[in-house]
Amino acid sequence: MRMPFSAMLGLVLTGAFFIGALLANVIAPYGVGEVVGGVWDPVSADHWFGTDAIGRDMLTRMIYGGRTTIFVASAATILSFVTGSVLGFTAAVLGGWADQVLSRLVDLAMSIPSLILALVILSVTPVTIPVLIVVIGLLDATRVFRLSRAVAADIVVMDYVEAARLRGEGWGWIIFREILPNALSPLVAELGLRFIFAVLFISTLSFLGLGVQPPMADWGGIVKENSAGLVYGIPAALIPAFAIAALAISVNLVADWVLSRTTSLKGGRG
Amino acid sequence: MSEQLDRFVAAAKAGKMNRREFVGGTTALGLSAGLASALYGKAAQAQAKKGGLLRAGMQGGESTNSLDPALAASEVPFAINMTWGEMLVDVGATGEIQYRLAEEVSANADATEWKFKMRQGVEFHNGKTVTAEDVIATLKRHTDEKSQSGALGIVQGITDMSADGDMVTLKLAAGNADLPFLMADYHLIIQPNGGVDNPTEGVGAGPYKVVVNEPGVRHGFEKFANYWDTETGHADQVEILVINDGTARAAALQSGQVHMMNRVDPKIAQLIARVPGVQIKNVPGRGHYVFIMHVDKAPFDNADLRMALKLAINRGEMVEKILGGLGSVGNDFPINSAYPLFDDTIPQREYDAAAAAEYYKKSGHDGSPIILRTAQGAFPGAVEAAQLFQQTAQAAGIPLEIQREPDDGYWSNVWNVQPFCASYWGGRPVQDQMYSTAYLSTAEWNDTKFKNAKFDELLIAARAELDAPKRKAMYSEMAHIVRDEGGLILPMFNDFVDGVRDDVAGWEADPNGELMNGKALSRCWLA
Amino acid sequence: MHPIVTLVVQRLALGCLLLLAVSAVIFLGVEALPGDTAQAILGQSATPQALANLRAEMGLDQPALTRYFAWLGGIFTGDLGTSLTNKTDIAAAIGQRLGNTLFLAFWAAVISVPLAILLGLIAARYNGRWPDKVISGVTLSTISLPEFVVGYIVLYFLAVKWQLFPSVAMVFPGMGIIERLNAVILPVIVLVLVVLAHMMRMTRAAILNVMQSAYIETAELKGLSPMAVIWRHAFPNAIAPVVNVVMLNLAYLVVGVVVVEVVFVYPGMGQYLVDHVTKRDLPVVQAVGLVFAAVYIGLNIMADVISILANPRLRHPK
Repeated sequence: MRMPFSAMLGLVLTGAFFIGALLANVIAPYGVGEVVGGVWDPVSADHWFGTDAIGRDMLTRMIYGGRTTIFVASAATILSFVTGSVLGFTAAVLGGWADQVLSRLVDLAMSIPSLILALVILSVTPVTIPVLIVVIGLLDATRVFRLSRAVAADIVVMDYVEAARLRGEGWGWIIFREILPNALSPLVAELGLRFIFAVLFISTLSFLGLGVQPPMADWGGIVKENSAGLVYGIPAALIPAFAIAALAISVNLVADWVLSRTTSLKGGRG
Repeated sequence: MSEQLDRFVAAAKAGKMNRREFVGGTTALGLSAGLASALYGKAAQAQAKKGGLLRAGMQGGESTNSLDPALAASEVPFAINMTWGEMLVDVGATGEIQYRLAEEVSANADATEWKFKMRQGVEFHNGKTVTAEDVIATLKRHTDEKSQSGALGIVQGITDMSADGDMVTLKLAAGNADLPFLMADYHLIIQPNGGVDNPTEGVGAGPYKVVVNEPGVRHGFEKFANYWDTETGHADQVEILVINDGTARAAALQSGQVHMMNRVDPKIAQLIARVPGVQIKNVPGRGHYVFIMHVDKAPFDNADLRMALKLAINRGEMVEKILGGLGSVGNDFPINSAYPLFDDTIPQREYDAAAAAEYYKKSGHDGSPIILRTAQGAFPGAVEAAQLFQQTAQAAGIPLEIQREPDDGYWSNVWNVQPFCASYWGGRPVQDQMYSTAYLSTAEWNDTKFKNAKFDELLIAARAELDAPKRKAMYSEMAHIVRDEGGLILPMFNDFVDGVRDDVAGWEADPNGELMNGKALSRCWLA
Repeated sequence: MHPIVTLVVQRLALGCLLLLAVSAVIFLGVEALPGDTAQAILGQSATPQALANLRAEMGLDQPALTRYFAWLGGIFTGDLGTSLTNKTDIAAAIGQRLGNTLFLAFWAAVISVPLAILLGLIAARYNGRWPDKVISGVTLSTISLPEFVVGYIVLYFLAVKWQLFPSVAMVFPGMGIIERLNAVILPVIVLVLVVLAHMMRMTRAAILNVMQSAYIETAELKGLSPMAVIWRHAFPNAIAPVVNVVMLNLAYLVVGVVVVEVVFVYPGMGQYLVDHVTKRDLPVVQAVGLVFAAVYIGLNIMADVISILANPRLRHPK
């Protein structure tokens, strides 16, 4: 099967973002905190994206910011999916008390306003990148749990799962061989969106003063630093906003492609 | 002389002269500054149009605000209280005392006993007459052992207060030439029976009555018909909308939903000023943004290290980039030309990386990172300012590390607790009050832990000194001590930057506070 | 009793226990945060004596447990108490704010949920063709911009530049319904843009997931139009994930709209909670926390019930 153009574009962009993030130290023209110009200097040969609110090179900020954003968001998304879906599937397969306890614990975690949760967690532990990842990942995992449990509950009662049980397969086998393939496409779609939410959540945290420490930054944080200029068309506010959108769209284009591959993989007529 | 004076008055009436020009012109004719200022007020107000609804969009209001003047801390409660309340006296735009509920103030020779004569026939909104007893009750509520008032520290020096007819007498433990300025503190709004019965009632003697009080959302007022001062309170109704987001506030001003706003983000002041129908009003004030070191904690107990840091900050760049040019550079003591008795001959400290590096070497600091704590809410642009500081310090070889703290809890966990952090001061009307609040050894808010016997001695002596040149010399010496030995790094004094629509008339610059020191709603009118 | 009814009753009972647990967790959490109400109110201008006096007046000198049980006792007698910071009656304040929040959430939901599902159906119908791409591209861009960016853009164009709607979405008691609707148009637009993509993407993915099944093939062979196949046969089988995502977004519309409230100056619950958390005003935080938790628990129960009802095998368990 030929790869569709949109998927290609998505892969290329996603790849470019990831490579830019990995090689930040090599390709960034200036230091991340280095002040090299005036406030919101326009785009020029020296500063391809202009300068930010205190005169730092925007291109450099974007490259380093991308590193934080992409790394933290990817790690948090993976963490939330692994914990959320494994627990969700387990709850659906086991049913009964195990399901009840897990589901109600998730209800509890979801019911506590996330602002309070984030403030409390981050006020007792120092804000480091791993802590950020765990906090974002676990908060998102509750949402993934509900989705995967609901999808799996529909599948668990299917004849083929019944057959597997009768064959005496263990629950691990049922989860990974029977449920996962059939639940994959809603999960992949969710994955693409959770990634976006993680990107946005990091910037919310930096707004609360809990994100990465300056002079490091993340894209959402850069938008916020320059947000006063947004409605006046200042590039320093618009560029990171568009970068987030571009990253989100390309990741989801790739997700769409994976989705169409999985639906065809499942057999049927694809 | 009177012919010329008439010309001035006519010019002021026509709105062709601002207060500064008028006072300058008429005092040259031999008028006293106070009289000139009062005359200008009368003349300028003569053209005021009455009626209409005047609206302000303001930052600094929360749904937790109350109408109790004792608890006012943020901008919106301040402006609200200024609209419904009235103090004994006010501080005017030129730094002079203006009489409000008191119509005369006098002191004995050593400034230990003060008498305030009450204005006659002034009414509270509930119809009760304002008496000397109400004043005493109000001051008692704020000075009481059990008081929670923000003015508690200010009025503690009063040892005895009494009311006799229309006269309020205050006796002080030690002479204080600035007592009237203390009475102008915005917490000290006179309430019926001191507000003891119901502190959050919102009943005062100000130009407007509280009609709507939805904390964190909006506050509505209507004109108090029996208000005593005809120069104040022109609109029939005034309203404060709480708009905490800067972009939203600017949008409301641009689209005409509000007539005035506080706290224009200095970065976009120029961009907004280009919008037709909108003007930016900025006035240099006494407020300042600071980085404070605790002089009693390592490594800041080392005078050379402190000096290195003071020399490693680029004040001009900060004013340019953090204040958008709407401010002035500081000189590491908390006083600027907006204060009476300011000594402008003290040399300006400049950014000098080489000298900073030298002091740093001399300090023998071990090279471990020096942690500077900051937060979005420490002052507008505090996180960015810290990063600029980090860059200039790096150039001098000083390893400054920034730690951003949550806004939430910053004033309780970081400020006055951590040895090095960003903060701000709103300034005070007189030097004595500023120094007594934060630099006296025993001051409760001594946030640099600065203890200097010579300084304390000068401060107490200056307080009772009625001879102006002598007092000025004392203040100058104190400024030198703080500047060279203190833990204060003061890069900039910020302007108050407000936005006003063209249809608002009667605006006057007031260095005491934003939105004409909270009185814009009652002093302006719709043209 | 029908098993579904049993389930709902059981879940409601558990829900009450959960609410109790939530209140305890919130209380402990806020207690653990540094700083207290007195300090938060007086801020930078706090003198130690004023602080001590204010604490005594608010009863903060009592042990934490005493205060928690006093609060709990109040709840069981239907008394939410008064705010520590400005002595207002919490029930009255929340009543008004909750009304505003629900008003906004209602209109945003009424527009966004059907629209998202419709767009999802269309995207699935034209999978991989241009309508699918246009719908996905537009919704993905609006969801991936930070909320306040979407807010500012809408604010700038619709309120400042073209002056179509008021920039300040302030509503107050005594306002007519038309006036009220006019005031909330901009925040509703932003909320719709923010929640649309998630629900639309999930609808599309869930439908595509079942499109390969044998019964879809049967339906297609019967000669039904593609849209009818999707609507009548695929969508009912794809409902479990969609319902869960819709539920998440509805919950967000009620409990998570702080940013939109701030940008449009809308007096809802979000800003109210943030203000009181900042001031450590526990009675208010507790009360709001309970309301939010009830919303989540209620919506979760609803989503689970709908998922079960939609699936015949779950509806009639063997």
